[in-house]
Amino acid sequence: MQRQVALIKQSLFDQKIIIRTQMEKYMQGYLDEQFVELEELQDDANPNFVEEVATLYFKDSARLISNIEQALERGSFDFNRLDNYMHQFKGSSTSIGASKVKTECTMFREYCRVGNAEGCLRTFKQLKKEHATLRKKLEQYFQASK
Amino acid sequence: MMNPSQGRGLGSGGGSSSGRNKGGEAVVEMFPSGLRVLVVDDDPTCLMILERMLRTCLYEVTKCNRAEMALSLLRKNKHGFDIVISDVHMPDMDGFKLLEHVGLEMDLPVIMMSADDSKSVVLKGVTHGAVDYLIKPVRMEALKNIWQHVVRKRRSEWSVPEHSGSIEETGQQQQQRGPAVSEDAADDNASSVNNEGNNWRSSSNNSRKRKEEEGDEQGDEDASNLKKPRVVWSVELHQQFVAAVNQLGVEKAVPKKILELMNVPGLTRENVASHLQKYRIYLRRLGGVSQHQGNLNNSFMTGQDASFGPLSSLNGFDLQALAVTGQLPAQSLAQLQAAGLGRPAMVSKSGLPVSSVVDERSIFSFDNSKPRFGDGIGGHQTQQPQMNLLHGVPTGMEPRQLAGLQQQLPVGGNRMSIQQQIAAVRAGHSGMLMPQQQPFPRGPPSIRQPMLPNRITERSGFSGRSSVPESSRVLPTSYTNLATQQHSSTSVAFNSFQQELPVNSFPLPSAPGLSVPAQVRKPLSSSSSYQEEVNSSEAGFTAPSYDMFSNRHNDWDLRSIAFDAHQDAESVAFSNSEAFSFSSMSRNNNNNATVAATDLGRNQQQTLSGMVPHHQVYGNGGGGGSSVRVKSERDTAAMAFHEQYSNQEDLMSALLKQEGVAPVVDTEFDFDAYSIDDIPV
Repeated sequence: MQRQVALIKQSLFDQKIIIRTQMEKYMQGYLDEQFVELEELQDDANPNFVEEVATLYFKDSARLISNIEQALERGSFDFNRLDNYMHQFKGSSTSIGASKVKTECTMFREYCRVGNAEGCLRTFKQLKKEHATLRKKLEQYFQASK
Repeated sequence: MMNPSQGRGLGSGGGSSSGRNKGGEAVVEMFPSGLRVLVVDDDPTCLMILERMLRTCLYEVTKCNRAEMALSLLRKNKHGFDIVISDVHMPDMDGFKLLEHVGLEMDLPVIMMSADDSKSVVLKGVTHGAVDYLIKPVRMEALKNIWQHVVRKRRSEWSVPEHSGSIEETGQQQQQRGPAVSEDAADDNASSVNNEGNNWRSSSNNSRKRKEEEGDEQGDEDASNLKKPRVVWSVELHQQFVAAVNQLGVEKAVPKKILELMNVPGLTRENVASHLQKYRIYLRRLGGVSQHQGNLNNSFMTGQDASFGPLSSLNGFDLQALAVTGQLPAQSLAQLQAAGLGRPAMVSKSGLPVSSVVDERSIFSFDNSKPRFGDGIGGHQTQQPQMNLLHGVPTGMEPRQLAGLQQQLPVGGNRMSIQQQIAAVRAGHSGMLMPQQQPFPRGPPSIRQPMLPNRITERSGFSGRSSVPESSRVLPTSYTNLATQQHSSTSVAFNSFQQELPVNSFPLPSAPGLSVPAQVRKPLSSSSSYQEEVNSSEAGFTAPSYDMFSNRHNDWDLRSIAFDAHQDAESVAFSNSEAFSFSSMSRNNNNNATVAATDLGRNQQQTLSGMVPHHQVYGNGGGGGSSVRVKSERDTAAMAFHEQYSNQEDLMSALLKQEGVAPVVDTEFDFDAYSIDDIPV
């Protein structure tokens, strides 16, 4: 009987690993090594560290995105200010390991630098998309990990 | 060079805790664990991640998302953090601005970080003084090693403030640190004066604290030192130099090695070389009685204030020569000079005392040469009737006494007393303490020990205080003790004395020479600081005493002090005043010195008479036996004086201050300005 329990446990464990691996594949491209680093910081004392960080990130980045949106909607295109926002956004995205989002940020800043308003707008749209996708994926990821 | 003042941070390995009391102690043990980091970043995600990472590194993390808040946190808790990590782009304040503020106000290492890795920004970080620049995303590996910046900064702090602030400052700092210092000193005994070395934390703390604590007394010195564009061979610096030279052997000393030993930041080989040249000439002129003596003189000279300067040059020449030859105790010389100058005879000035300080052993020769001194002195004496007192005083003048002397000494007023005391201390060794009144010819042979008492007596007589005699004796002794005991011990002893013997404020232990008087006045309270000072000054001054000094620092415990240098105690007592010089001597003999100092202190309080014998103890340095002691007494006195020169300056200042006089010591005694020119080199 005990053996059976152990076996079930083992299989569950294996399944978890499988799911995890799949999840990783799923996440591939969206998250880089930095994310792995964060996961390494997670331990028994801080079991939900990564999720906490991710939650915090999305909360903060949502704020930033809305700020940028407002700035863009104003149509004044204060590139300096936009660049500032984007710098922050890039910083946190980098810290969490959101690679695709980071790429979009860099592009956006580049457009800001050259004063390309349209480029900024386009990039921003893309950025928002990536951001949303990442959020969904991470949510699923954390769900599966539990 | 071993700076007795190691308290500064040198040598006292254990000092770390002393230095860093604010949580630094714990850190020290587990260093780098427990490193107290302040993280500033407006990005909450980053902040959270960084905090987690730093915690994983076992650091103590405080996070802050606003620069203003970070600054106020830092200001409120000046020593509560070891390092600051800050983001570059922040909404309320530019990261670089924060960097500047922190650097200026708290002098903490700051690491900048940013997602921006453009060269211009990184360069900006460098130019603004950031110790490092991290590119986001920050990895654990990068954070693991941030402690290196703390250590690095601490190390440079130790050296820099000490020297920049002038050696006196350092000495004082050390003295102040006293016990704490000793711990530090212990660690870095080997390191040069400035290296607080071992206790990265304590040292830095110490240095910082010292700087803060010392402020007042050393203010002048520091300021002057700091501002001086050229190398000013202050008493302390000279002591260090002398100590280094002694350590290497006068004949064998080469600028490069001396420089290494001294380990004074900012000092170049050229500086040392030219100074060495002058010193050698001086020694030669002195007849090679003892190079140490010469050192003493030099140190004295340095420490002596301006007033002495001229005198020194006048009489110092002869006096110094005499002193060197042991005939004219350094103190006497100082006295003479002082007399000649009509100013308090700062022992140091005359150079004689200095020499005595420098060479405990050689000082002994004072006895022999006493007669000569008398001759030489005679002439000088006239010049400085009263000055001598001080010169000779160093030996046994208890700080208190010294202070008292100062007050009472009519000659030159307070200043004189101080100087005289110092001189007495210095001259203590050779008994040259001869009070101002009497010229040297006290009887050379007896100079050493008898001198002490004589000196003291005379001094007292001089000061018109009956008590003075003893005190003067005490003073010098204390100085000596200080000196002999090893500066550190002296200071320690002194402090302990002060603590134990309230009256003992004989700063000798703590502050070579100068500091002694000051200390005298402020017993107990100042003792600790004084000790630190003394320690530092001692350390700087005499090589031999360095050991002692550092040791002393470490063993602030009176007991240990007393125990160690029982013999030294005598001398210590004697050398209290001379501690300055002796401390250097005794420094070597830590034990002695400490004990001596202790005894000295005790004696002073209890029986001045007891001082006399102590005077002999000068030798503390552990100097060979009684003879050594005797010599050392004088030497110690001188040496202590020398050693304490820097301390003395402080001491004097302190004394003067106590007296109500502005820290004239410096100027009067011209301690800090070791003017080689004055020395008839």
